[in-house]
Amino acid sequence: MRVAILDYNAGNTRSVQFALERLGVEPILTRDPVVLAGVDKVIFPGVGAAGATMTYLEEMGLDVIIKNLKQPVLGICLGMQLLCAFSEEGNVAGLGIFPQKVKRFVANEGLKVPHMGWNTLSCEEVPLMAGIEAGSYVYFVHSYYAEMSPYTVASCTYGNCFSAALQKDNFYGTQFHPEKSGSIGAQILENFIAL
Amino acid sequence: MLTKRIIPCLDIKDGRTVKGVNFVGLRDAGDPIELAKIYTEAGADELVFLDITASHEKRKTLVELVEQIAQAISIPFTVGGGISSVEDVERLLQAGADKITINSAAVNEPNLIRDLSNNFGSQCVVVAIDARLEGGQWCVYTGGGRKKSTWELLAWAKEVEALGAGEILFTSMDNDGTKAGFANDMLALLSEQLSIPIIASGGAGTMTHFKDAFDLGKADAALAASIFHFKEISIPELKKYLSQNKISIRL
Repeated sequence: MRVAILDYNAGNTRSVQFALERLGVEPILTRDPVVLAGVDKVIFPGVGAAGATMTYLEEMGLDVIIKNLKQPVLGICLGMQLLCAFSEEGNVAGLGIFPQKVKRFVANEGLKVPHMGWNTLSCEEVPLMAGIEAGSYVYFVHSYYAEMSPYTVASCTYGNCFSAALQKDNFYGTQFHPEKSGSIGAQILENFIAL
Repeated sequence: MLTKRIIPCLDIKDGRTVKGVNFVGLRDAGDPIELAKIYTEAGADELVFLDITASHEKRKTLVELVEQIAQAISIPFTVGGGISSVEDVERLLQAGADKITINSAAVNEPNLIRDLSNNFGSQCVVVAIDARLEGGQWCVYTGGGRKKSTWELLAWAKEVEALGAGEILFTSMDNDGTKAGFANDMLALLSEQLSIPIIASGGAGTMTHFKDAFDLGKADAALAASIFHFKEISIPELKKYLSQNKISIRL
């Protein structure tokens, strides 16, 4: 099993690497299109701002590379948001794999922004969420969320219902951080590796 | 539903945990990695590591320690102590820390908050504020509570939020070490006036104090050190108690 982590200026690359190592997988950090084409799985991590990150991906030509990947691809947090059509954060077009928009949570009484901490999942019966019971806790840190769509395979509620996980063809995404979500997160990463 | 967070805080000196930590069966009570694993297993929602190493030279060991912690545990953790530049933060985040916390450096150079937020995102910038009530006014202190600043707590907290902090860790110096409960009135005011999460710190002595910090103080998270280290309160028992008392908690 060869797993690549897309190597760009994302903040949480190391945490994803360590989480995979705890599962016995030694990931390859790369942005080389030839190497990426040859691996079994690709993880697209992301922490930071959507606008600046999208610009960076385009400058590096990584936007086209990601869109053309044929093996299972997992976008995490901002990685997932950038797989969507559009983000209100910086008002940028994303990679358009998933059709929905990414919107900002509106802070009001009792609703702090960012949405930070452990929240519960409602999951569809899909391989990515195999063995994850409804109500399982995972760790979120985000101020923007992907709307619900037919591709939503797990949802979470914070003010409103939003996409906690997405799946379309070979593309997968989690808004939460599986690499920081204890044993539940480890199970989800293991499910992705096993796809 | 988003849960309230329980956060043990570990003081680190020269790469080792300080303050007598009293765990039965612990091979090495000074090993931060082993303690981090134990707290993760016990159900801590996050961990905070504060480096109190005096010498700048020895601080370099902190980056190595952060990397080892990130390898060992699968929950988020925050690192603080002596951070004063974007470069300091970059090294810690690259080593695997999820968030960093700054205190004196933020008061001395408020624009550091904005620089960090712009460079790494507000989600990883936790501004710690130490304050004490003096003549009806909450005064902000720096330098580990030794130096009084010109800031009033609420004004500083609002400034910190405006500059891009993702979270505030508020320690009431009046309550810290008393085991008489958190500063709930001030916590509630901060929580009502700000839209970023507030972590309560200082004063935890009983399980009821945590309940009060969430119910009365409207805190999003509560941090404590010695009561966890000395096993006066166990995290699984605390979380069970809070859940039974209708506080949203991860079990």
